[in-house]
Formats: sequence, C-alpha cells, structure tokens
Amino acid sequence: MTAPAPSLLRRTMRVANGRAGAVALVVIALFALAAPLALPDPATQFDIVDGALRPPSAIHPFGTDHLSRDVLSRVANGARISLAVAVIAVALSITLGAVVGLVAGFFGGVTDTIVMRVVDGAMAIPRLFLLLLLVAAWDRLPLAALILVIGATGWLGTSRLVRAEVLRLREAEFVRSAQALGAGARRVMFRHLLPNTIGPLAVAAMLGVGDVILLEAGLSFLGLGVRPPTPSWGGMILEGKDVLQAAPWVSLFPGLAIVATVLAINLFGEALHRAAESRSS
Amino acid sequence: MSPLLEVRDLRVTFPDRATGGVHPVDGVSFELARGETLALVGESGCGKSLSALALLRLVPPPGRIASGSAVVLDGTDVLALDDKSLRKVRGRRIAMIFQDPMTSLNPVFTVGDQITEVVHAHFKVPKQEARDRALKLLNEVGIPDAASRLDAYPHQLSGGMRQRVMIAIALAGEPELLIADEPTTALDVTVQAQILELLDQLRATHGMSMLLITHDLGIVAGRADRVAVMYAGQIVEQASTAALFAKPSHPYTQGLFASVPRLTGPVGHLMPIPGTVPPPSAWPSGCRFRTRCPIVHARSAEMPPMLQVGPEHSMRCWLAEDQQ
Amino acid sequence: MARWLARRLLLAALTVAIAITLAFFLMRLAPGDPLSRLGDERPMPAAELAGLRARYGLDQPLLSQYATFVVAATGGDFGRSIHYGRPVREIILDRLPASVLLGGGALLLTMLGGALLGAMQALRRDSPLDRTAGVVSLAAYATPSFWLGLVLAWLVGIEWRLLPVGGFRDPLLAPDAPWMTQVVDLLRHLALPLLTLTVVSIGAVMRYQRTAMLEALAQPFVAAARARGLSERRIRWRHALRTSLFPIVTLLGLWLPVLAAGSVFVESVFAWPGLGSLAAEAVGTRDYPLLMGVTLLVAVLVVLGGLLADLAYAALDPRVRPA
Repeated sequence: MTAPAPSLLRRTMRVANGRAGAVALVVIALFALAAPLALPDPATQFDIVDGALRPPSAIHPFGTDHLSRDVLSRVANGARISLAVAVIAVALSITLGAVVGLVAGFFGGVTDTIVMRVVDGAMAIPRLFLLLLLVAAWDRLPLAALILVIGATGWLGTSRLVRAEVLRLREAEFVRSAQALGAGARRVMFRHLLPNTIGPLAVAAMLGVGDVILLEAGLSFLGLGVRPPTPSWGGMILEGKDVLQAAPWVSLFPGLAIVATVLAINLFGEALHRAAESRSS
Repeated sequence: MSPLLEVRDLRVTFPDRATGGVHPVDGVSFELARGETLALVGESGCGKSLSALALLRLVPPPGRIASGSAVVLDGTDVLALDDKSLRKVRGRRIAMIFQDPMTSLNPVFTVGDQITEVVHAHFKVPKQEARDRALKLLNEVGIPDAASRLDAYPHQLSGGMRQRVMIAIALAGEPELLIADEPTTALDVTVQAQILELLDQLRATHGMSMLLITHDLGIVAGRADRVAVMYAGQIVEQASTAALFAKPSHPYTQGLFASVPRLTGPVGHLMPIPGTVPPPSAWPSGCRFRTRCPIVHARSAEMPPMLQVGPEHSMRCWLAEDQQ
Repeated sequence: MARWLARRLLLAALTVAIAITLAFFLMRLAPGDPLSRLGDERPMPAAELAGLRARYGLDQPLLSQYATFVVAATGGDFGRSIHYGRPVREIILDRLPASVLLGGGALLLTMLGGALLGAMQALRRDSPLDRTAGVVSLAAYATPSFWLGLVLAWLVGIEWRLLPVGGFRDPLLAPDAPWMTQVVDLLRHLALPLLTLTVVSIGAVMRYQRTAMLEALAQPFVAAARARGLSERRIRWRHALRTSLFPIVTLLGLWLPVLAAGSVFVESVFAWPGLGSLAAEAVGTRDYPLLMGVTLLVAVLVVLGGLLADLAYAALDPRVRPA
C-alpha cells in the first residue's frame, strides 16, 4: 500500500531534474526569507538619493524603479507575497478538492452524478474567467479574500483526480475488510482512502503552486490581484510596463523571478510525478 | 549441402549495475537446413525469444549482440550487414511471427495496408498488383471472405484471424526462413492446432525453413524435425525430435516432459519443475541448472560442455560422461 | 453513431447550461449589483440610477433575473453593454475575427509545432537535444505570457524596431491600399502576439507528444514492423507518429481554456482588438454584461472543443469509432 513519504521524496531526488528543482526551490525560499533583511527596505526608499529608473549597478544589481526603489529588494519582498499566496491558496483548493472527490467517489450514485456534472460545468469556464467574474466587483480586494477566491477556483481538477482514485480503491480488499469490520463512512474515507491518494495529491499540489504563481501574477498584472504598494511580481511587471523603453529592468527581473520559480517547481513536480507513478505501478 | 542458417556462439549482453553485464543469451549455436523445422524449447526467461530477436538484430536496447557471435544466412553474416542490406534480410529472407497478434499489428491501419506495405518494401510492384498479392495471401492463410477483410482493422478480427493475418504479412516477403515465436500462446486451445497445422503446411508448400519457438513440448512432436532445449541462456540438449522423445536425457528436459499434460495416463501425474528460471544476474556458476536439478552431481560446480549422448543427440550435462 | 452523437450533444448542452448558471450566480456574489459602482466615477441622481436599474431589469428578484437572462442568452442575446451602450452580441461579433485569427493561428502552430518537436525529442531520446528541449519546454510553460509579450515588444519592437508592437493595422495605412500591402501589414501586427501565445502554450504539447511518441515507439508493432524490413523512416513517421497523435487530439478540449486565458493577457499587452482584450477592458470598466457575454462564449467554445476532440479521436482511431 502506501510507502512512507520519505521514500517518495527520495525517489524524486534520484532524478537529476528533481534535484535541480529542489535545490533551486530552497535557494528561492531562502532568498525570499533572508534577502529582505539584508536589502534596503523599499517602503522607506522614496528619497531621490539613488535616483529613479537607474540601470543595474553594484549598489542596485537589478536597478531602481520609477519611485527610486531597489528592484532586487522588491523582487525579494514580492517573492514572499507571491509564494505565500500560492501556497495558502493551493492548500485550500487541495483540501476542498480532496473532500469533494472523496465524498463523490465514496457515495457514488446521485451525489456523485450531481457533483461531477457541476464540476464539468465549472471546468468549462477557464479559471481566469471565473476569477475575473469574482474579483471584478471589488475595488480593493483584501489579500486574504484574494487567496480565498484563488483557492476556491482551484479544486475542480483535484476533485476529479481524487474521485478517480477512490473509485479505483473502493472495491479494494483493505477497504472491503475495513467496512466488514464496521468502520463508518468517515473512517473509511479519511483513514483508508485518503492516505492512498497522497501521491497524486502531492503532485497536484506541487504543480498547482506553479500554476497559481502564474495566475496571481496575471491578476496582479491586470490590476486585479495584489495591490500596490504591497510588492508582487505581477504588479511589478505592470509598474514597469509604462517605463519599458527607459527602464526595461523594472519589468524584466520580476518576470525572470517568476520563470525561475515556476520552472523549479515544475522540474521538482515532474520528478515527483514520476516517482509517484513508478511506485503505484 | 551447407545449412541455410548457421548460428555460432550467439551472445546477447545487457548492462547490469551489480555485475557490469549479463548474458541472457550465452553462447547459443545451432544449424538449420533448408526445409527443416527446428523447435527451440524452454520456459519463459530462458532466452529463446531473445535469441530469435537477435537473429534479426532486433535486440531491444540497451541490450546488444556481443562480438564473436555469428549469424550466417546462406554464406552472409547477418550481424555484419549495413542497415540497408539488413532491411533486405528482414521480412524478405527471414520473416517473424510474434506471440501476440493484437499488439504486433498496428491498430490504426487496415489489414490490407499492413500487407501491401511489406510487399512494396521488398518488391517493385504497382499498387494494384500489391493488393492482389495481399488478397491471395489472405486466401492462402485461410481467411474467409478475404476481399472484404482487406479493409478491416485488426480489432475487428478474432484472435485466430489476427494470427493468420500476421502469417500472411510474414509470407508477403516470400522468406526462406520463418521464425514463429510462441505463435499460438495467446490463442484459444482449439485455434492453436489450426494455426500450427497451417504453418506446417505453408512451410512445406513454400519450401521454407522454420524456427518454432515454444515453451510447450507437446506441440513439437510431429511438427519439428529437430529440437533444441534452452535453459538459462544456453542450449542444454539438442537432438532429432524422435531421439529426444525416445530418450530425453538432460534432467531439465526430463522435467519439461514431466510437466506436459498428456491425454492418456492418470490425471495428477503432472510434475512441474519446482521454481522458475532465475534472472541472468542470479545464474549459478558451473552447471546453470544445478539450483533446480533433482540430481546432485560431483562436478556440478563446473560448467559442462555439450556432450554426445547418441547419434545427433547431445546435452550439456555431466551425466552424459558417466553413461559412456 | 447517431445515438452516440445525440447523447454527447445532450451532455454538452447540459454542461453549458450548468456553466451559464454558475457564471450568473458567481457574478452576483459581488456586493451590490452591476450598476452600484456606476456612481463611483461621476455622481448620479438616485432617480436616474433607478431608471437604469429598471432598464437593465435589475429591480427584479434575482431568480427572475436569472430566468430572463437564460432565456435571452439561449437566443444569443447577452444584453446591453453598460460601457458602450450597444448590444453585447454586436461588440463580440466585432471583436471575434481578430481573436479567431490570433487564437486559431496559435492553436494551429502549437499543435503542429508541439507534435513535431515532441516527436523529434522522443526519436532522439536522452540526447543533448532532447534534454535541452525538455528544459526549454518546461521554461516556456513557466513563462507568464504578458511578461514574454512585454519582453518581445521591448526587444523586437522598441530596441530593434523590426515589428509593430500594438494594434491590428497601421493607422497610417490608406484604407484603399492594395490588398497585398494590407495582408503584409496585418501579418506584421500579428507576428509578436502570435509568437508570444504560441511559445507559452507549446511547451505542454511538446511534453505530451514526447511521452506519447515514446510509448508508441515501445509498442510491439514497431518491433514487428522492423522485423518486416520496413524503412526506419516509415516506421517512425507512419507507424509510431500516427498512433501517438491521439493524446494530442484529446488535449484539444483542455487547450482552449489555456488559449482563452492566454489571449486575455497577450491581447491586452499588444492592444490586439480581440475578445481577450475585450474581457480585460470589461473588467476595468466593470461592464458585467460584456464580461458575462465573453465568458459564456468561451465556455461554449471550450465545451465544443471537447466535443470536437471526441469526434476527431473517433475519426482517427478505428478502435473507438462508434459503429
């Protein structure tokens, strides 16, 4: 049945891409945590000492933006926001998806039909459009609400995944015997079925974080996500858009940060996927 | 007369992390005369299918044929051919039928497509002529209503019909040697006999030689001229079919015979050899069968050579020496 | 065949109906109604606002608004744009050609290019080329479309002055210019948005195709074809490629949402007058009927794409062709 989690991680690390992704992620996380402590605080930097729109130099490796803030420092601060939003939102949607999938798959019948039809219908609307419908009405969406709506639109695929796993496992020996021993529905679902979906869920969560980083950046770029002055990568690219000709670095570096982070996540996620697959087969 | 096919010291190497390299086929030698049928018999994992693939240089990577091996077809060494000349051997001079006709046929092309494709690959003929040949071949392998089957897809045919199609494809190149790798294993028992009968008949009418690979000694009698028994990458006993059936000599061959279900005799007489063929990395030194052999021989730690047991009858067992 | 199709169509219609319902109520989760923010920009007398509410039917109970909306939407009427004051359908039809050109072009390039590149990777499995393409495709998948659009606009458009970076046609071009000139002008404007949209979506197709091709190459019928003396070229590009294309085709249904989302960003960056930039504008001006109209059109396209994928699959694979 389920091998202990460390073995899944160890298999993942055996793949070169998995190692590269993991190392990059650790570096990015350290950068997000530690760099803002060492770098000038962009919030207190509205002076003209360093000058606005300065190209990259020894003092400002990524240059400065239109408010003379250090772009490197803003990228580091933005990493905190973007990563936090993504991780919390994905935790939310994975939980939701797992519960919906478990319930639909375990109970089957009418419950399953109705739930899955609704999921089909919702999946016909691209997630971005779901979010546009949800966030357009608010003028200033608080960060917590943003995380909530991103999380609430991300569980559809996960629920399908978990449901499929549950359907596969429902007839398995160990589930049958647990039921024969009188285990209740909740116990069977959460003690017996859920642990067996951990592998696919871990993969979905990992790749989901990458997707949400891109999604949040997109919303912020449209001016609908994280609002300035709170730094976010997407918002910084938006700010740099108007000074693209004079100071391309303002947009360039946060974008590179997104590519590097999502690439690292996907490298690791893909290796994780392969590790989970090879174990189940 | 020189043999059609001469295989000498065929060895297939696969890389192996622990030992540096294993030889699932380890020094196989045999000859095949024109018009002759040789049966290559052994349990799964003994290396018989891999040997057959090696004859056409189809060993799946990372495996490769070790240097020193020779596969001589009518005077030319197949292992030394360039790609272009090799293609003129594959399908054209040596054709092969695989175990599972479902997966060996491409599901998205019609039966006719897959036969004419081979015709076009080996003969310069116009389209219509190729189609006519395909039709003739389908008739020859006993497919009813052949004209309409040309446009059928593999999944629309029964297992037995698919194997007949495979045979038609093999015949399309008009080969001199037909390799049939477990041609009936995936089929129903009733169909098995029909297919074997068909193969034997086609071999005779086309004057082909046949290498029949099987795990089932029961289908060998009456169809093969000679039998080679394989175990753990080596041929362990080789004899004319009559001699082998009269006096199976190697303990492994005797074990195989004991496990063949017979129509006569008491039920429950089946005595399969305990265990399975170990993987190549776990083959013992010396005699490879000694881990499963009911006889403990004083010299089993040494690898026995092929020793004569009778006229045209040899085996790889020290017992042969004791008998003499 | 007819029964299968009827069933499939019915299911598609149901999915669209559920999508419409969800979209309608999701939007109404927002505080106030679509007109309540209208007063933010310019003060408006309460009586005028009430009149507008009545005009848009917003004074009715929510459920009856829903019923009216569904009935109208079924007939292709998505109401009137608040910002433009014109019927939503007209605006969408105006913007549709540009989106079809960009989205369709990107879809075509993504599918063909992705299938070809992925297959080539599989044929040179684990070679430096395969590894490089693997990382590049993952990086492309990790690249935000709007950022790539900006970088390309900056490099190609601003620094090198090779291509226009915005709009659909040169405003200085005479309306009666020769058609060749007009086509070239259109293609020059199309180039950067098309490239951007293709790059960000091709990575995933490449990866799917590579896996599918590797699976196809490992099939016994490939070895069997080799044993028959067929040329390597024929085995690869006829036997293996043909059977490896099914996963890509089934992806069609999954691709349209990706392209639709990508279009919102790419069209916005390049001021391409399609439905994506229209959706972004509608969000900016809080033009709910317009946003709703575009969303529903996208949902219908996505469902149709899934349907089409099923049909294409059946046409390609004789095994699943319904009798």
